[in-house]
Amino acid sequence: MNAIEIKNISKSYGELKALDNVSFEVKKGELFGLIGPDGAGKTTLFRLLTTLINPDAGSATVDGLDIMKDYREIRTRVGYMPGRFSLYPDLSVEENLQFFAAIFGVTVEQSYHLVAPIYKQIEPFKTRRAGKLSGGMKQKLALSCALIHCPSVLFLDEPTTGVDAVSRSEFWDMLSNLKKQGITILVSTPYMDEASRCDRIALMNEGRILGIDTPENMVKAFDLPLYGVKAKNMFALLEVVRKQLGVLNCYPFGEMHHLVADASFNAEEMKKTLANVDGFCIEPVVPTIEDMFIKLMKP
Amino acid sequence: MKQNFGSFVKKESLHILRDTRTMLVVMLIPVVLMVLFGFAISTEVNNIPVAVVAPNRTDGVEKAVDRLAHNEYFSFKGYISATEIDEQLRTGKVSAVVVFDADFDKKLAQQQAGVPITPAIQLIVDASNVNTANSSVAYMQGILLGTASQQAMFETRMLFNPQMKSAYNFVPGIMGFIFILVCAMMTSVSIVREKEVGTMEVLLVSPVRPVKIIFAKMIPYFGISFVVLVVMLVLARFLLDVPMSGGVWGILAVSILYLLLALSLGLLVSTIAQTQLVALLVSAVVMMMPIMMLSGMMFPIENLPDFFKVVSHIIPARWYNDAIRKMMIQGVSIVDVWHDVVILVGMTVLLITVSLKKFNDKLE
Repeated sequence: MNAIEIKNISKSYGELKALDNVSFEVKKGELFGLIGPDGAGKTTLFRLLTTLINPDAGSATVDGLDIMKDYREIRTRVGYMPGRFSLYPDLSVEENLQFFAAIFGVTVEQSYHLVAPIYKQIEPFKTRRAGKLSGGMKQKLALSCALIHCPSVLFLDEPTTGVDAVSRSEFWDMLSNLKKQGITILVSTPYMDEASRCDRIALMNEGRILGIDTPENMVKAFDLPLYGVKAKNMFALLEVVRKQLGVLNCYPFGEMHHLVADASFNAEEMKKTLANVDGFCIEPVVPTIEDMFIKLMKP
Repeated sequence: MKQNFGSFVKKESLHILRDTRTMLVVMLIPVVLMVLFGFAISTEVNNIPVAVVAPNRTDGVEKAVDRLAHNEYFSFKGYISATEIDEQLRTGKVSAVVVFDADFDKKLAQQQAGVPITPAIQLIVDASNVNTANSSVAYMQGILLGTASQQAMFETRMLFNPQMKSAYNFVPGIMGFIFILVCAMMTSVSIVREKEVGTMEVLLVSPVRPVKIIFAKMIPYFGISFVVLVVMLVLARFLLDVPMSGGVWGILAVSILYLLLALSLGLLVSTIAQTQLVALLVSAVVMMMPIMMLSGMMFPIENLPDFFKVVSHIIPARWYNDAIRKMMIQGVSIVDVWHDVVILVGMTVLLITVSLKKFNDKLE
């Protein structure tokens, strides 16, 4: 049985289609990533699966339970960490944890084994008010609170947004550990570089799923030649390169531009044609999830 | 599940206790209002300067003037002649002038002998402050006419509060007002805050029924309001000398009922409002103004235009004021204000039912 099954779910807010006929499954014990920019419909999907809102069409199950019919039961089994910090800033770290333990009818001691690896890191600050924690510590506390009742499925909506790079990496290590304990995790992120930490990912944009696969296969599926180009004037370069023969797409990517080419493209030819461009250089690069995302976004 | 209800109450109490500024405001406002309305903003008659015109200073006149002069609410400024009346009033040297008939004593004697005749007294009052003028006229009538036979001349007599002490009127009014402020506004804002901050989202995705979350919120606010209630009653009794002759227990019981009503009103507001600002505005503007204007706190309900008289029936504070006023000043027991109590109970039940129906355990 799959931990999460989503079938043809749609949800609109007025004119805006937040989710448009979305279907996918998450296997038990899987770390599944929803990757997409703001407004892709990730949060709406989370709210649907955590039974906070009802879909306009379609159906879904969590842990085999229907999100409409059995929503009360689902609420006892899942852990949910919303996108924004949703703990009580005026309560201390310890008080927050105890409160969330109490509403799930457990004690902190009972589930300490599960929370300990994460909670231990913030335990030295347990008397500090949650509002005074740093971004990374807030996330650790929120995760501890979401885990306190040993949920079977964990929903994490953009847990690493607004968190520094080191804390982000630590956070993903924690998720890998939780996965080992058999917890199914659905996590969303706008950062493409985090995709490789997931078992499988779904690329989302404007309420639709663009593709679902393992991060490795996703990258392998990028079957066109990809180059990185550089010059002194990067902005002007973009315009120039796009006009060249065999160039399908060219977009800014970090310190260089990525150039997607078709079969007729020849890098040596381009070097010659653009020899007069100051500081021009071109080299083949390995595609990333982001390249795939951009490719899938273009119809 | 009992245990988690307890922890909810604990958490709510912590929220309140840590927000010292709000706590202070909640505790101070009632005291400030009480003192303000009790002393400063007062419509009562106090030290009204009075002059007397008496062509013949006979025994009867002297006796009446004596009573006036010895009354703490008036200060006797001496006898003047009829021609001076206008000037004295205009310059503000006196606020009222009492004019006796030349044959006041003769008529008084005749009246006492059974002749159907009335000794006349004219009261000329500076009415630039209508409230003061009204009350001083009423009160002077009471003072000037001493004996039983003479009192029969007047149809009106101020019962229970003959000095028209305004504190007596304001205390129930302020109480009706404060509890809405503390209970309705603070509970609604605190529930809506959870929606706004996003913690409600987390609470909903838990086994706890939302109804429980809500009731747990009401308990600490009820506690605070109860403390405020006790403080106000103590102030009213010992600082403002409000008699409370109807029994403290009855007043407490009706007030507790009113607290519950205010809490459920806050609950209803919280089901409608999505942001703290809206909750605040609804509680402040939509609820406070009618309470001040239409509950009998500021203006007697009898003086309201017909339309507002009808509207005032749905203002809970109106019934609370009515009951508390009767019990505090008139000295009746809770049994005698049963119809107010029944109406308040009805309103509370209605409010709780509607808000529970409206309360949604989803986000939309």
